[in-house]
Amino acid sequence: MFQQILFYVFSALVVASGAVVITIRNPVYAALSLVVAFFASAGLWMMLEAEFLAIALVLVYVGAVMVLFLFVVMMLDINIAVLREGFARYVPVAVVFAVLMMVSITLVVGPKHFGLDQVAAPAAAAADYNNTRALGRALFSNYVIPFEAAAVVLLVAIIAAIALTLRGTRQTKAPKPELQVQVQRNDRLRIIKMDAEKPE
Amino acid sequence: MISLAHYLIVGAALFCLSVAGIFINRKNVIVLLMCIELMLLAVNLNFIAFSHFNQDVAGQVFVFFILTVAAAESAIGLAILVALFRNRSSINVEDIGTMRG
Repeated sequence: MFQQILFYVFSALVVASGAVVITIRNPVYAALSLVVAFFASAGLWMMLEAEFLAIALVLVYVGAVMVLFLFVVMMLDINIAVLREGFARYVPVAVVFAVLMMVSITLVVGPKHFGLDQVAAPAAAAADYNNTRALGRALFSNYVIPFEAAAVVLLVAIIAAIALTLRGTRQTKAPKPELQVQVQRNDRLRIIKMDAEKPE
Repeated sequence: MISLAHYLIVGAALFCLSVAGIFINRKNVIVLLMCIELMLLAVNLNFIAFSHFNQDVAGQVFVFFILTVAAAESAIGLAILVALFRNRSSINVEDIGTMRG
């Protein structure tokens, strides 16, 4: 019973904050409610006994990716009014499309095919079961080459992000010797002839 | 008890919401990126639900890789966004038509 209450609370939170993300006006609030969605789905993953990934979701997404989103949203000076043009015009299309999609997916994955009669709930894991250890064993034995490839993907992402955002020339005040040695006397010094002035 | 179908329907609802979000926020690139993150979250929920109900850890390994690729994708997407905003001072999708051909 307690598990059911927990499930409905978490899934209501996920769906509600997802709805807020796509409809709210201010992108900062959208990013914050995306954080709520990540926390709630980490709770759902915890109920599915995927403890390592639940913690990784909170650490990696809430701690890194969403901070990056918030940083970019706040750094860019966006005119929200222009971006909201035509918002109301697309809402009916979006609602029709989403409802159609939801109905068709529910027909496929609904209780008729994936209910408890078809897929029995597994027994709860033993007390000494360690999800992190099981995941680590799989990751470093059968999936070690994809794991290395994921490391390369992250490296490429780092290099690409830096290369994209680095400014072309650095704004330093260092002297330029090649220009200094080419200076002529006439560039710096002008001798003018004038009469001596009388002190007042 | 909670069946596999419950989790799959939550995932489907999240996915449909984010598809609707892509429809209605088609000018704001930042919210589009957030909708893509929501879609990946829905897919990950399905993977973990199947992994739990089939007692197979391979589904969780897939979620691990999806998380990695999604983090890389959002980092590069935001870097492109910052570079674009520097050049155009706008993130409106309709202003980005230079390569339309």
